[in-house]
Amino acid sequence: MADQTLNAEGLNCPLPIIKAKKALKGMSAGQILEVRATDPGSVADFAAFCKQTGNELMSSSSEGDIYRFEIKRA
Amino acid sequence: MLDTQNLDNAKSMSIIVTKGSLDWAYPPFILGTTAAAMDVEVTMFFTFYGLTLLKKDLNLKFTTLGNPAMEMPMMGMHMPMPNMIGMVPGVGAAAGKMMKNLIKKKGVASIEELREAAIESEVKMIGCQMTLDLFEYDRKDMIDEMEIGGAATYMEKALRSDINLFI
Repeated sequence: MADQTLNAEGLNCPLPIIKAKKALKGMSAGQILEVRATDPGSVADFAAFCKQTGNELMSSSSEGDIYRFEIKRA
Repeated sequence: MLDTQNLDNAKSMSIIVTKGSLDWAYPPFILGTTAAAMDVEVTMFFTFYGLTLLKKDLNLKFTTLGNPAMEMPMMGMHMPMPNMIGMVPGVGAAAGKMMKNLIKKKGVASIEELREAAIESEVKMIGCQMTLDLFEYDRKDMIDEMEIGGAATYMEKALRSDINLFI
């Protein structure tokens, strides 16, 4: 269960990443952020973002046109 | 606050921003804000026409001139925008409006929005003093977050950056 949810549907690069970073900043270590996006590029982008920042990408999935990511704050 | 202070692998990037039209404003602001989101320390140096991107009042223009490969999506097709039509009165303004509508429709950030994100994530934005003098810009017409500097200020940053871009 996510501690916080970010709706980034309809937003294009780089807004989902920038908004996710902003949300993560306000959270504490170990908490989980769920991001919902429609930008197909966000699949590769969230993987790269998490690899670089050390936040853990716990899951990356899609349902229809919606991409869903679960990120555990480092 | 950027949390790069205690990281051994902290990265930094500098970008020289030389162009101030709507289309050219995107690459530096997208890369700058994204890098900052990825814990990279970012310095943007605004010079010549790029300095207009630090004006409090942004009124970015767009032109088909000098963009020979440009084509706009239209009714499921792509319409080429030849350089020539940019010279027809009114076409430049229409192309700018078309581009801004498209940006909004596709959920692409506005430059205003990206600049705000850059400020929030503490991207260092340096305005070129020589350009201020040359084009007679008033400091008070520029955003408060702008720091002033010259080539040496940029070089000092660039020499210890992992990535340096000229856009």
